[in-house]
Amino acid sequence: MSHWIILPVVLPAMLAPIIGFMMRHDIVLARVTSTLGSVLLVAISFVLVSMAMDGTTHIYRLGDWPAPFGIVLVLDRLSALMVLLTSVLALMVLLHAMATGWDDRGKHFHALFQFQLMGICGAFLTGDIFNLFVFFEILLIASYGLMIHSGGRERMRAGLQYVVMNLAGSTLFLFALGTLYASTGTLNIADLAAKIPDIPADEAGLVRVAAMLLMIVFAVKAALFPVQFWLPATYANAPAPVAALFAIMTKVGAYAILRVHTVVFGPGVAGTEGMIDAWLFPAAVVTIALGAFGVLGAKRLMPLISFSVIGSMGTLLIAVAVFSPVATTAALYYMVHSTFAAACLFLIADLVVSRRSGDSLTPTFATAQNGLFAAIFFAAAIAMAGMPPLSGFLGKLLVLDALRGPDVIVWAWTAILVGSLLTIVGFARAGSALFWKSTAIPAPTSDMSAAIPNNNATVLQVAPVMLTLAVLVALSVFAGPVAAYLEQTSNQLFDRSGYISAVLAPVAEG
Amino acid sequence: MELLVASAIGTMTAGGVYLLLRLRTFPVILGLALLSYAVNVFLFSSGRLAIDMSPILSKYGEASYTDPLPQALVLTAIVISFGMTAVLVMISLGAFLESDTDSIDIDQADTDEDAAK
Repeated sequence: MSHWIILPVVLPAMLAPIIGFMMRHDIVLARVTSTLGSVLLVAISFVLVSMAMDGTTHIYRLGDWPAPFGIVLVLDRLSALMVLLTSVLALMVLLHAMATGWDDRGKHFHALFQFQLMGICGAFLTGDIFNLFVFFEILLIASYGLMIHSGGRERMRAGLQYVVMNLAGSTLFLFALGTLYASTGTLNIADLAAKIPDIPADEAGLVRVAAMLLMIVFAVKAALFPVQFWLPATYANAPAPVAALFAIMTKVGAYAILRVHTVVFGPGVAGTEGMIDAWLFPAAVVTIALGAFGVLGAKRLMPLISFSVIGSMGTLLIAVAVFSPVATTAALYYMVHSTFAAACLFLIADLVVSRRSGDSLTPTFATAQNGLFAAIFFAAAIAMAGMPPLSGFLGKLLVLDALRGPDVIVWAWTAILVGSLLTIVGFARAGSALFWKSTAIPAPTSDMSAAIPNNNATVLQVAPVMLTLAVLVALSVFAGPVAAYLEQTSNQLFDRSGYISAVLAPVAEG
Repeated sequence: MELLVASAIGTMTAGGVYLLLRLRTFPVILGLALLSYAVNVFLFSSGRLAIDMSPILSKYGEASYTDPLPQALVLTAIVISFGMTAVLVMISLGAFLESDTDSIDIDQADTDEDAAK
């Protein structure tokens, strides 16, 4: 039993209170510690990926209680991938937040940031569904703090909506867990996966209710229609680096759907056969449409990017909804891509918006370094909309290729292709208003523009954006090896008996 | 007893959902509190209802026992919902002090005005 598995949870959990209590008045010390922690987390997640690479499912028994009696952490290829994704994204977001001074505009940014990482990593690693609820709450309570970081009227009110929405979601989660426990007597994912197929279809009513309730809860997190409405207000009003970090939060919902609805209620389970995909697929189609029309109709930059995130979640979940290894491979590739594409868009938007008066999509005078920002925005928009040569194109291609079944092809291809077209038009409109038409407007006299800093961005401020773009380029250059790893990942995910026997294996003596 | 517990959970959930759909912060907070009470009782009863049974195995006899796990779950759920309610109260207070209104909805006019600024 290797102790590496618990480190992504323990390290941020130790750092956060130290930063919160001992470095609350010293922003430099907090920055150094937080950066150190994030770098270490990246290193740890590389170790975890190399451990998971050989295909064994590693188990960490907390307190050495064997599953299903104790809580276990499970490290397989999927969780290792998600932890790596989280840690790399977090490091870039943290660098951006420090370079632009966002972390100094309110108290406790770094402590909340570490708690957020703890919750996200824990949610990816846990093998117990009640423990998943607890880690959800940890990442949510940290995200409430980050969401309203540095305050402001609109942000507080949007934050309130976000909190209410998620508290209602948590209550549903508990109802689902209660129903599940009452009908199966266990909450360990592997044990559930072993027991639920034995329940005959005509006695599985309660299990079906629980599966659907869980589906709704995860759909709230993943911003799936009809519970996607919280996302634009939240992301558009959150501080931009926090919105970039939240790019991983929607993926937590997608991961939970993948894990729970594949392993526990997956294909071949008599009680829930065909029920999940029957709902997930149309919801994902509508989500894509909503995202595309939102991008087309947005009047401000931040809501525009938020709607493009909704659209990408729809594309991701339409591939998940098929519940086949090939489609899941495509979904995973698109998940990695869309996380960094969304983060890149939010970070570049922050650099632009902080040099303009507000983020409305109306031409004002050109900001400093208009050309550089325009080029980065252009590249990020290409990635998000799914145009070649960046990884968005490959991701959508994989998704389209996986969705060639006769019963899904019409809806899926129409939604993805038309959605992509609308997204491209929306981004082109926004880019031309922000960067192109602005060059025609002369800069105002100095006393007017004094309120808004319009200086050149430093290298440190541009570097995190460039890093996210570099990840996208690397994803498209190394698409072959990455897709090979992801294919093994989804095969491992669909190997339910392997997961069950690994988690429920009797403890070796000594 | 089953009828009593079930209808209590149902009533609390109904009240909670009704209050949750109000558009002012105070009823919404009360609604979420009611919902969390309902879910706590629901979780508690998911291990079957039993009277006069302890949640531990007796090693001195064949006395039957009740399932201890839901009690542990409900304890966790109570702590979490308590903390979350406190956070919610603080955030809604903050939002009220910032904007002088306790409405949950954000008016479109406000947003446009902010965007124009």
